[in-house]
Amino acid sequence: MSSTVLDYTKELPVIEGVPSAASLDETIVKPINDFPKRTWFIALAITSTMLLIGAVSVTWLLLKGVGIWGINQPVAWGFDVVNFVFWVGIGHAGTLISAILFLLRQKWRTGIARFAEAMTLFAVLCAVQFVLFHTGRPWLAMAWLFPYPNQHGVWVNFTSPLEWDVFAVNTYLTVSAVFWYVGLIPDFATLRDRASSTIKKTIYAVLSLGWRFSNRHWQHYERAYLIMAGFATPLVLSVHTIVSFDFAVSVIPGWHTTIFPPYFVAGAIFSGFAMVQNVLIVTRKAFKFEYLITMDTIEKMNKIMLVTGTMVGYAYMTEFFIAWYSGNLIEKFVFINRAFGPYWWAYWIMFTCNVVTPQLFWSKKIRTSLLASFILAIFVNIGMWFERFVIIVTSLSRDFLPSSWGMFYPTIWDFGMLIGSFGLFFTLVLLFVKFLPAISMAEIKAVVPGAQPSHSHNGNGASH
Amino acid sequence: MEKKLYSISAIYSTPNDIVAAAKAVKDAGYTKFDVHTPYPIHGLDGAMGLKETKLGFVTLFAGILGAVGMISFASWVAIVDYPQVIGGKPYWSWPAFVPVTYEIAVLLAVLLTVGAMIVFFFKFPNTSHPLHDTPYMKKVSADRFGVAIQAADEMFDEKKVRELLKSTGGEVEAIYYSEEFLIFKPQLFDPKFILLLIGVSLATSAGGYLYFNKVLYLPPFDWMVEQPRFDVQSRTDYFEDGHSMRLPVQGTVARGFIPYPYVLGAKADSIGKFLINPLLNSKVTLELGKKKYLTYCSPCHGNFGNGDSRLNGQFPNPPTLHSDKIRNWPDGAIFHTITVGQNVMPAYQYQISRDERWAVVKYVRTLQRAYNAKESDLR
Repeated sequence: MSSTVLDYTKELPVIEGVPSAASLDETIVKPINDFPKRTWFIALAITSTMLLIGAVSVTWLLLKGVGIWGINQPVAWGFDVVNFVFWVGIGHAGTLISAILFLLRQKWRTGIARFAEAMTLFAVLCAVQFVLFHTGRPWLAMAWLFPYPNQHGVWVNFTSPLEWDVFAVNTYLTVSAVFWYVGLIPDFATLRDRASSTIKKTIYAVLSLGWRFSNRHWQHYERAYLIMAGFATPLVLSVHTIVSFDFAVSVIPGWHTTIFPPYFVAGAIFSGFAMVQNVLIVTRKAFKFEYLITMDTIEKMNKIMLVTGTMVGYAYMTEFFIAWYSGNLIEKFVFINRAFGPYWWAYWIMFTCNVVTPQLFWSKKIRTSLLASFILAIFVNIGMWFERFVIIVTSLSRDFLPSSWGMFYPTIWDFGMLIGSFGLFFTLVLLFVKFLPAISMAEIKAVVPGAQPSHSHNGNGASH
Repeated sequence: MEKKLYSISAIYSTPNDIVAAAKAVKDAGYTKFDVHTPYPIHGLDGAMGLKETKLGFVTLFAGILGAVGMISFASWVAIVDYPQVIGGKPYWSWPAFVPVTYEIAVLLAVLLTVGAMIVFFFKFPNTSHPLHDTPYMKKVSADRFGVAIQAADEMFDEKKVRELLKSTGGEVEAIYYSEEFLIFKPQLFDPKFILLLIGVSLATSAGGYLYFNKVLYLPPFDWMVEQPRFDVQSRTDYFEDGHSMRLPVQGTVARGFIPYPYVLGAKADSIGKFLINPLLNSKVTLELGKKKYLTYCSPCHGNFGNGDSRLNGQFPNPPTLHSDKIRNWPDGAIFHTITVGQNVMPAYQYQISRDERWAVVKYVRTLQRAYNAKESDLR
């Protein structure tokens, strides 16, 4: 391996040191081949217990119906929709990292893209379960959600934001899964060629579809990757935009605002990066990926959180300003009620975690500290969960008519489903890091110093 | 079984070498060769003389198909098959179809691009290629770069190929394969495949049938069917009178019903001036009037309005409808009498609807005219 000067940018190297491609494979494949450590089993025990709590809650829900939750009139959307929006938001970081940063040629994304894509899939699965269960009778949901010819002669309403949501979330889930799988194909082939046991070899051979690293294939593959990134970029923006339409298209004060789409998208990226940061820091430590996921990557993630957190803070201020400037009494009341009404504590938790504490990232010392990054990212997650809670619950609990005001009190089953969704997410993450390559081997090898010809001029546009 | 030569290949260890080697092989005139690298390398496509990929056309086609298909489908639903007024908007509110159209365009574009790439461009899945499971493949899947010139190439000459590859600095090796390893030709009309299709469709149908017709009627999925409720005519202890069926609140007006403003005892001929028959003379009206007259009126008034029915004598006889008094009444007066009744005649507004009463009035008028025909009617 020659250690030529990088010709494409003045960026820091994506990975530290100049390891050989073979040693990269070794590092990435190690967690898959080794018998897992005791800590992995302890973590799996905790997350699967949480998952079990969720399973019990869901079983009880199916037996009794959504009446077991704290929802009622006027707050008919409670934890179900809060959790849905929260998890869909988390799911935005993956595609952002793998698609938008790919188009912007941000090579530092390479170490974390696979990981973030997997988290996207898992987060969207967590989100989908909430909308499914909140329909009340999920076993009939297929009949309500998808347009299919039926004996009732009825079609879904294509002008409803809730139906847009069905299309957006399902498209997003499918496209993310395809994007993820296409990225995995060469890695499955590498695993196939490294495998020693016949069973493993057969499984990886089937999953790799017979990939043989031919440049005649890479040519199409790279173009497909570019096309998918190009499509996924507007898609990721469209998904949370459409989620925000669920609220913005209604006439509830505090929801009916045009700022919602950009505000939701910024919030989604914010929370998604925070969750990726949390999981990343733990994995990096546990699997000794320090020189693949560098401090520089973590610092850049923190910078993005700083930017998006400030955007979210700006949106909070704008909402207040517009409520005052519009001269609409009810709008004005709703926002004063948010900050100083019965749910004031939720508002201020949200404001502190989303706007105040991320400002600490202005300091380079905090930005490059693992512990501080981890804790502040947890704060962001808490804050973004409360943001959805504040938006949904405060607006519904006190709208136009004081005679129809009412408070929302979550029940134990609401918390059970929330804990269960975290259990599902982290169980899937743990299984993912054990059974699949957590870092894209083909992509990371391509950005090692000296991995490309030293005098390449007309490189393929879709280079990794 | 005898092994055949698949290709002569060479392994290189730097990206610069492989680009140079690919260029040399192309310049020598070989066409059936391939370069294998663990990751895509800049400039290799040019060195191999590959043409620009056509994959983008698949995407373009799929995207347009998705967009046009979805907006046409949504429009067909909204205009033709299931028109609904939603939010007071026109049926064809196309701006509201944009989100679903966009999503389906993206979905189809991505799925068909990847599908076409895997199936048509790569000819995958194919896990029995001669290169699979060779030391060569294991090197290029890790960190080496390789060129393989196939024995099937027209210009192939083992000696020359070996020399060419050696001159570019590669470690040359030959790759052999046995033919039986490669025999896998999937056929559409293979009986096994057709059996599989039949099996899958049977399983799907059975599963769908069981799900929609059996499972959904088992507890707990049937709770909307088996919910606590009172059936008609059933008893309850909840209300004092023991009836589960309740009367509507006093003053409730049914949809499409206009309450009749006049009461029994008002002067029929003076009220009649304010009531105008809304029906026109037609066969349908008269048939309806005849039917209702024969059902409700004839038992007392007789089939022709003479007051001579078979109940004659058992009740106070009704007067004939052909008297001058009734013939000179306005239509509204007859209508009023049918509606609220008169003397022993009960009110018929609960049995005969408003339009039917007006039809009866028309029929009575016809009877009167038939009994009192003028000279002019003969002509």
